Amino acid sequence: MDDRPDAARDRPHEAHSDAARSGEEPAGPDSPGGPHVDEGSSPPAIRLRGLSRDYGGRPALREVDLDLAEGENLALLGPNGSGKSTMLRILATLLRPTSGEVTVLGCTLPDQSWKLRGRIGYLGHEPLLYRDLTGRENLELQARLHGIPRDEASARIEADLDLLEMGRRADDRVSGFSAGMRQRIAICRAVLHRPPLLLLDEPDSNLDPEGRELSRSLIGPAEGRTRVLVSHEPERAKAEADVVVMLDRTGQVAGRTGHRSTEARP
Amino acid sequence: MTPSRSAFAVLLAKDLRTELRTMRSLPAMILFAVTTFIIFRYGLDRTTLSGSLAGGVLWTTLLFAGILGINRVFVSELEEGGFDAIRLAPVDRTVLFASKASALFIYFAVLEAIIVPVFAMFFLPDWSALIPLTLLLAGANLGFAVLGTLISSMAVNSRARDLLVPLLLLPLVVPLMIAVTAASAGLFDAAGPDYEGFGTWLLVVGLYDGVFLLVGYAVFDFLLED
Repeated sequence: MDDRPDAARDRPHEAHSDAARSGEEPAGPDSPGGPHVDEGSSPPAIRLRGLSRDYGGRPALREVDLDLAEGENLALLGPNGSGKSTMLRILATLLRPTSGEVTVLGCTLPDQSWKLRGRIGYLGHEPLLYRDLTGRENLELQARLHGIPRDEASARIEADLDLLEMGRRADDRVSGFSAGMRQRIAICRAVLHRPPLLLLDEPDSNLDPEGRELSRSLIGPAEGRTRVLVSHEPERAKAEADVVVMLDRTGQVAGRTGHRSTEARP
Repeated sequence: MTPSRSAFAVLLAKDLRTELRTMRSLPAMILFAVTTFIIFRYGLDRTTLSGSLAGGVLWTTLLFAGILGINRVFVSELEEGGFDAIRLAPVDRTVLFASKASALFIYFAVLEAIIVPVFAMFFLPDWSALIPLTLLLAGANLGFAVLGTLISSMAVNSRARDLLVPLLLLPLVVPLMIAVTAASAGLFDAAGPDYEGFGTWLLVVGLYDGVFLLVGYAVFDFLLED
């Protein structure tokens, strides 16, 4: 059951390339274009206009437009090299856009990146863990960097580690962990500061089925949590997402679907 | 924003803890320095050194041993995603600069605590110069650590960083090396420490430190951008 406020559920979406922005008739929900967002409603959690990113002249993302309301789930799909991870890194303030407007949680990027830090939970391809520290030490380090009070940090770390069944190995060095165990600790790291926006780049990679299931309570869809999920599993992504955006190999939006049915929400 | 003092403490503690566990930098620096002293001892065929020659041997050895540590100071951030983790946190980025420079300062201090007595045993008949030398070492460490952190942050993304660090660092460190060698030449005088000009050269070292502290504070944020 979708328990989000109606305003969030009913929010129109937009994810289209230059065709739609050039004044052509908006396309249907399953076409590469899409309807424009209602400009008069509350500001979206993510708003992209003409977002492009080049790497040394080679375009990775081209003219991407997108609106995502607070509390909604966006799935980014596409083949390798289509710019999914690049888009996620731009949203996470880790990469500057080459051109276009990017607004995340009301902050314009890259100028207001500093206001956004600490409000994003980012889980990328790398676990962002120091190999020579233990799992717990890594999480304590992150908690201190995010200014979480010591007692609260300890309670959260214990709870999250127990949830992902990593409590017994938390005092071992990360260098001795399997890839799946590292991913579990990385998931704890990404959500430790309880961010309102989660940016997840293939979060299930290296996780066994049990780990995937356990991690859902921390990084799965939840009330008030806005998520952007990069995935190579279209079925799961579509089942969890309110909006699905397909990118093609040129970094353009190739397709979009709007709301999934509320019954499909786990 | 997380208070800078708290973030600084946690990042510095992380670096020191990692070094204590892995011993990736200090043993190599110490071994290099001791080996160099042995080579000088037998290469020069001298049991005592004095004046500018003593200063030259000491500072040349410290400089090149220090480069070994500087080369590695950001490697863990690069290879283990530390840069991204810090950039995602609500932390002033200059805190990373301060913590890395402090870690290097501590590495240099530990290195000197071990190798300066070795140097004295090999080359100095009179150890009375070592007390004023600590003042000079502290000033040189600060400048070298600050400059090394800056250069290392610039070079770390390059695969040729082992080559780039000395290429960029050595020309910039020349003024510091001139100042400390000149200041220590009098300290290592064969007739006992001579303090003429010592204060002036110490002031030059202080100015050098101040300039690169300000430069580091001003530009480090931009060096972390993609």
